[in-house]
Amino acid sequence: MSAPFRVERRLDCPAWLNWAIPVGAVATALLAGAVLLFFLGVSPLAAYTAMFRGALGDAWGLSETIVKAIPLTLAGLAVGLSFTMVVWNIGAEGQLVMGALAAVAVVRYAFVDSAPVMFFLMFVAAALAGGLWAGFAGFLKARWSVNEIITTLMMNYIAILLTEYFIYGPWRDPSSLGFPMTAPFPAAARLAVLGGTRVHVGLILAIFLALLFRVLYRWTRWGFELRVIGNNANAARYAGMDYMKNVLLAMFVSGAVAGIAGMIEVAGLQGRIQPGFSAGYGYTAIIVAWLARLNPVGTVFVSFLLGALLVGGDTLQVVMRLPLASVQVLQGLILFCVLGGEFFRNYRIVPVGKGE
Amino acid sequence: MEILVPILSAAIRSGTPILYATLGEILTEKAGVLNLGLEGLMLLGAFSGFSATMVTGNPWLGLAVAVLVGMLVSAIHAFLCVSMGANQVVSGLAITMFGTGLSALLGKAYVGETIRGIGVMPVPLLEKIPILGPVFFNHDPLVYASYLLVGFLCWFIASTRWGLTLRAVGENPRAVDSAGLNVTLLRYAYTMIGGGFAALGGAYLSVVYTQMWVEMMTAGRGWIAVALVIFGIWNPLRAAFGSYLFGGVGALQLRIQAAGTTIPAPLLLMLPYVLTIAVLVAISIKKGKGILLGAPAALGQPFHREERD
Repeated sequence: MSAPFRVERRLDCPAWLNWAIPVGAVATALLAGAVLLFFLGVSPLAAYTAMFRGALGDAWGLSETIVKAIPLTLAGLAVGLSFTMVVWNIGAEGQLVMGALAAVAVVRYAFVDSAPVMFFLMFVAAALAGGLWAGFAGFLKARWSVNEIITTLMMNYIAILLTEYFIYGPWRDPSSLGFPMTAPFPAAARLAVLGGTRVHVGLILAIFLALLFRVLYRWTRWGFELRVIGNNANAARYAGMDYMKNVLLAMFVSGAVAGIAGMIEVAGLQGRIQPGFSAGYGYTAIIVAWLARLNPVGTVFVSFLLGALLVGGDTLQVVMRLPLASVQVLQGLILFCVLGGEFFRNYRIVPVGKGE
Repeated sequence: MEILVPILSAAIRSGTPILYATLGEILTEKAGVLNLGLEGLMLLGAFSGFSATMVTGNPWLGLAVAVLVGMLVSAIHAFLCVSMGANQVVSGLAITMFGTGLSALLGKAYVGETIRGIGVMPVPLLEKIPILGPVFFNHDPLVYASYLLVGFLCWFIASTRWGLTLRAVGENPRAVDSAGLNVTLLRYAYTMIGGGFAALGGAYLSVVYTQMWVEMMTAGRGWIAVALVIFGIWNPLRAAFGSYLFGGVGALQLRIQAAGTTIPAPLLLMLPYVLTIAVLVAISIKKGKGILLGAPAALGQPFHREERD
C-alpha cells in the first residue's frame, strides 16, 4: 500500500509562499515553544502575552525592540553578504566584538573633542577591525581553502577572550570599584538619540546600509558576481570572475559591517564594554539573514521581529523568572521551522491520482 | 619523563570527550551528512547525563540517557537535511543554538549540585608497565572504551561490508541506491549514531571528568571536534591523536595557571582556539589547493532519489 499523497517538485514558487513560509515557520516555532513551556509548568498563553506586551505593548518596549533591531540589522546584512556567495561567515559575533573594542581604543587613545571627527575615527577603526578579523579567515579560505566555518567560529572565542583580557586588565575603569568594564565614553563619542528615547542614530545608518546593500546586489557588477558565484561557482569561474578576490573582499566587507554594528552598539547605547555586552547578536544575525532569505530590505523587518523576541525574552526573565536561554531555544526552533519550510518552496504535496 | 607522565595522562582524559564527538562526526560525515550541531549535542548530553545520574543515582544510566537524547535531537537534523533537503550548515547551527539554549534552560536547577560519577579504575597488570601504564591504563572505563572504539571504527570503515556501504553513501549515494540499499535510512542511522557519540562526549565532561554541570561547559569542544575531523582526514586513529593533542593543551594550560604565571588567564584560554586554526591551516596547506583528500564527495549534498544529478 502506498501513501495517499506524493511529493512533487514545483516548477516555480508562487509569490504568496514568499511571505507565507516565514510567517508559518515562526508560528509553528511559537507553537512548539508553547508545548515546551507547558511541560516546564509555565502557561504558554501568559508567557507569550507577557512577551508581546513587553516588546510591543508600549512606547518603552517598542523603543527597546528598535534598539535591539539596529545591531541585528547590521550583523544580519553582514552575514547575509557572505551567505549570498555561499561563504559561511559564522563569526559576526567576534567581528562585532572587535569593532566595539576598536571603538573603545579610539576613545582611549585619540584625544578629540569634536563629535563628527570622533564618529569618523570610530567608524573607520571598527570597520577595519571587524573587516580584518573576518578578512583573515577569508584569506585562509581563498589561499589554502581552510574551512571558514571553523576559523570564523574559533575567532569568536578568541575575540571574546581578548575583550575579557582588556576589561579585566589594562582597560578596566579605575573608578568602577573593581567591576570589569571600560571607562564610560565621553559625550563627544556618544551617538545622538532620537527624541527622549534610547533609539540612536544607528537606526538611520542601519536602514541606509540595508538600502545600499539592495543597490549593491541588484545593480552593481560586484553584486552580480557575488550572486553568480553563490549560484554556481564553476559558471562564475568560466565567466572569468576571480573567486579568490571575491572571497577576500566579501569577507572583509562582511566583517566591516559587523564591526560597525559593534561600534554602534557601544557608542549608541552602552557607552562602555562589559562582559556579555553583545547578547549574541552575531549568532541571532544568522537567523535574521536566513529568515529574510538574504534580502537586505527583508533583513530590516526580520531584525525588528527578532529584536522583539529578545526584548520579550527579557520580560519573560523578569515576569516569569524564566532564564534568558528560553529565547535561544525559541530561536533554534524558528530556524528549524524556517529550514523545514524551505521544502515547500521547492516541492508540493499532491494527492495521488490527481495531476497524473 | 617524570614531569611528562602526568601531563600525558591528563591529555588522554581531557581529550576523551572531544574524541567521542570527533568519532561520531566521522561516521556522520562519511555518510555524507555534515552535522555542525556537535556543540549543542555535547551540551545536551552533558546536561541530560548529569541530571539523569542525579535522579537515578546511577552514572551508567545517566550516560545511556545522554546517548538517547543525542540520538533523538540529531534525528531532527537528519529529518531536515535528509528528508527535507535543507541546508546542512544552517541546520547544524540551529541544532547548536537549540541545544545550547535548552541545556541552559533546563539545567538552571542543576547548577551547583554534585553527583557520584564514574571514577578511575586502573587496568590490572597493564598499569604496571612503566610510563605507558600510568599514561594509558590508569583511567576510567570510558577512556578504555574509546581506545576500543577507535580500533573498531578503523576496522569497521576500512574492512567490513557495512563500512564499504557507509563510505559509498558519502561518496556516491546514487550507486548505493542502485544497489538496492536505502540511502535515507543509512543517513538517518549514521547521523543519529554520530549524535549519540557527541552527547556521550558531553556527558563524559559532566558525569566523569568534572562531576558537575555548568552552563556552556563544553566551551567550544564541539567545534574543535568538527575541526579535528578535517585535521584527522576522516580517519579515527588520526582523530585520536588530534583529540589528545587538544587534551594536552588544555591540561598544560591548567598547569601553567596553577603554577602561578604572569600571563593573564584570558590569553592562556585562547590557546585551544588558536591551535584549532593553526592545525586546520597546517593540514590545508599540506593537502594543497582544492579538495581535501578523504572528504566524502557527496558531503553536504542532499540526495533526491527521483531526480537526476
